[in-house]
Amino acid sequence: MFNEAGKNLAQMLKGGVIMDVTNAEQAAIAEKAGACAVMALERVPSDIRAQGGVARMSAPEMIKSIQAVATIPVMAKVRIGHTMEAKILEALNVDFIDESEVLTPADPFSHVDKKSFTIPFVCGATNLGEALRRISEGASMIRTKGEAGTGNVIEAVRHIKTMKKEIEELKSMNDEQLANAAKEMRVDVELVKQVRDLGRLPVVNFAAGGVATPADAALCMELGCDGVFVGSGIFKSSDPAKVAHAVVQAVIHYKDAKKLAEISEGLGEAMPGLEISTLDVRMQQRGW
Amino acid sequence: MIGVLALQGGFREHMEVLAMLELEACEVRTREELMRPELIGLIIPGGESTVMLKFIDEFGLRSAICARAQHPEFTMYGTCAGLILLAKEVPNLKGEPLGLLDVTVERNAYGRQLDSFITDFGSFIRAPKITRVGENVEVIMEHEGLPVLVRSGNIWGSTFHPELVGNVEIHRKIF
Repeated sequence: MFNEAGKNLAQMLKGGVIMDVTNAEQAAIAEKAGACAVMALERVPSDIRAQGGVARMSAPEMIKSIQAVATIPVMAKVRIGHTMEAKILEALNVDFIDESEVLTPADPFSHVDKKSFTIPFVCGATNLGEALRRISEGASMIRTKGEAGTGNVIEAVRHIKTMKKEIEELKSMNDEQLANAAKEMRVDVELVKQVRDLGRLPVVNFAAGGVATPADAALCMELGCDGVFVGSGIFKSSDPAKVAHAVVQAVIHYKDAKKLAEISEGLGEAMPGLEISTLDVRMQQRGW
Repeated sequence: MIGVLALQGGFREHMEVLAMLELEACEVRTREELMRPELIGLIIPGGESTVMLKFIDEFGLRSAICARAQHPEFTMYGTCAGLILLAKEVPNLKGEPLGLLDVTVERNAYGRQLDSFITDFGSFIRAPKITRVGENVEVIMEHEGLPVLVRSGNIWGSTFHPELVGNVEIHRKIF
């Protein structure tokens, strides 16, 4: 069922930070700061949120310009359910596709049938059912759907903890209860059993959405994530190279509070933050 | 005890293979951890070589790794990005590799992710190719006419990941 090579690439990204970049110059800064991959996109989430309009896949020339400078994997986003944007990104030979709620959804019924692709996909999930539906469709990697562009980590934490709790609950279920849980989540019971036996998802699971500081990144790692995506948090801060470097170090040394204190010093202004209750658009509600 | 460099990448999978072989293992992130006297070997896992190299230098691990490598009974094994770091020459790497294994390695030599592939003995993910093998380096395994597992005394390197396909035989041979 899995795209094994894609799953393996995701395993190599663990313990790392994937950074949103909008041009080749930012990609070079991210790689130099220690990013394990970059996400090429037209506008960072906070700008998408502020400017509104339909957010789509990035232009090929922009993706190519980033591929030309980056020696680390290059990811790019497609709209939820937009199979043709995904085909285009596969033709462009990106390393990973993010079917992302940050862009405006293209299909109100289904997500991309990811099993029909050779290129691996990462998808967002707010809970276990959503994660397992995406995995059933062929996703090789899962990430939380924290509210992108807010610099507010609460929703990412909510998704991490929700998923952990739901996985924990599977452990005490008998076969009949497992079958019911699978039915409720609209996935195959074998996949649910696999998650119960492993005690975690069968693919790599990153935190994403609202991560703005080294401490936020460390918190997500402490809660059990395999790595972190940082979007607006880097290039909307006052000193992107420094913040990028600090977030990468925080992911490595998340258990060491003394090191985190050193890392967090002298970073300048973090990105401006938003309270979730004031938002007009909740991107995490996109996806089915 | 065998250390697994845990700066970034697939270190957990190596820990799992060592556990299957009932070999004692620990994660290594600092110079102090690397210099622990009970350590008899070090695995440098796959991941992003740019990230690992950056922090090997920033955290002051380079001289410690090189000092450890001088002892013939201390075994080192690098997989994929780990091999890149151990190599003497890597033309398309920004920065100096550790230079402990006399080979030339080209990063991402098969291409991007679409060219990644899996064999029964290991997974080749955006894998490098060994394009030159030094005089004192022994080729232990080849795949499609290319060296994929090499050793020079106590230093081993593979372009593939045995740990991602549940292959414990390479680790068994080395440690």
